[in-house]
Amino acid sequence: MKNKSLISIHDITREQYDEVLDLAEKFEKNPKQDVLNKWVVATLFFEPSTRTRLSFESAANQLGARVIGFADASTSSVKKGETLKDTILTVSNYSDIIVMRHPKEGSARYASEVSPVPVINAGDGANQHPTQCLLDLYSIRKTQKKLDGINIAFVGDLKYGRTVHSLVQALTNYKTTFHLISPEELKLPSSVKQYIKDANLEYHQYTEMDEVIPKVDILYMTRIQQERFADPLEYERVKGAYILRDSMLAEAKKNLRVLHPLPRVNEITEDVDDNPKAYYFQQAQNGVYVRQALLTLILGEEKKVKS
Amino acid sequence: MAKQEKRTELKVTAIENGTVIDHIPPQSVFQVINILGLSRVKNQIMVGTNLDSQKLGKKGIIKVSKKYFESEEINKIALVAPSATLIVIKDFTVVYKAKVEIPQHITKIVKCINPNCITNHEDIPTNFTVIEREDGLRLHCNYCEKYTKKENIHFV
Ligand SMILES: [Zn+2]
Repeated sequence: MKNKSLISIHDITREQYDEVLDLAEKFEKNPKQDVLNKWVVATLFFEPSTRTRLSFESAANQLGARVIGFADASTSSVKKGETLKDTILTVSNYSDIIVMRHPKEGSARYASEVSPVPVINAGDGANQHPTQCLLDLYSIRKTQKKLDGINIAFVGDLKYGRTVHSLVQALTNYKTTFHLISPEELKLPSSVKQYIKDANLEYHQYTEMDEVIPKVDILYMTRIQQERFADPLEYERVKGAYILRDSMLAEAKKNLRVLHPLPRVNEITEDVDDNPKAYYFQQAQNGVYVRQALLTLILGEEKKVKS
Repeated sequence: MAKQEKRTELKVTAIENGTVIDHIPPQSVFQVINILGLSRVKNQIMVGTNLDSQKLGKKGIIKVSKKYFESEEINKIALVAPSATLIVIKDFTVVYKAKVEIPQHITKIVKCINPNCITNHEDIPTNFTVIEREDGLRLHCNYCEKYTKKENIHFV
């Protein structure tokens, strides 16, 4: 992966997933290593996302890299009308790798085409967020001790959730069975289902989650936003069906873990937090190790990493 | 049939050397002109449309003198004129004749349907991969990764 940009989950092979996850495992055991001390990482957040930015900056800082950048485009030259190309070309003079988040879909791909240094996409509009997907894979592999043969349920907004789309696509590399639980209005788009069909894998669709919970290894919760509904009454009618309460986990398999890309609003009640099956906070922590692994692989310093 | 062809020839003069694009659906003639950028070239160009055609009922034809196109370029017109035939003329003789084929990639000429795509906000040429499935042709944007269906294709 040396010197390669990571823009989309389609850019990496199954072997490369393994490479990233294996290295992330080493960083989990030993997260403070001075392996990137000669490198400068730029974090360009054309729209704010404190959580993702801090995760990347923590990853870089713990490895001894220097971090430059901006957290919000409204305070930078971008607001003065500079083109994305000019911003990227300028910043690439000052840094060895660019991490960027941008509200427009395709912006990261374009940046990687004009940039002389590699680009990591930290979210381009509703399109891709590959490091979220990698940390989800890492969390699944870590809690289930494998990626092949997992039964996973996705719950909530499967139509607009890019996190869900990317993870579904990534999991079609493995022998996954998909359980898709959503209101009629927010079903997984057929273009994403096509990936499952193309991989000859099974998927099942439901509108309620109770009967599904005992069957699955991973329960991936997402937030349902009111603005996705044309009719607010419809939102009021369905929203309760996609809230996870601790009592609903009574019949779950022992190895089941609950994931959520965070931030949550009310789709997981707080009584779930104390259940050992709740894994969403560790999941976010895993993001740091995965991002450390990616920065290290792209900058070509993986040989320096101690296990 | 021979008579029919001859009458068409009389309406649109034969060229000595160059390219003829025949069997264009009449409603697509001006799109073909745009796609090939013919409004900007200095060559002699003859355009006929609503001509009688055995195959299509009515058809359009474009003759461009002393100009030859790369197949990549000419194939772009297959998006609007899949029935079109490409004919290469040298010394008044047909040296090549073939139906246009839909290319694997479409660059610059089509707008991405996604309003939030970066190509609709900055001055960036679009770039699509052509996907043909049983339910029809669609273009996959290499930037935003969204699909534009055939019926939603708009030219830049
Ligand atoms: Zn696009």
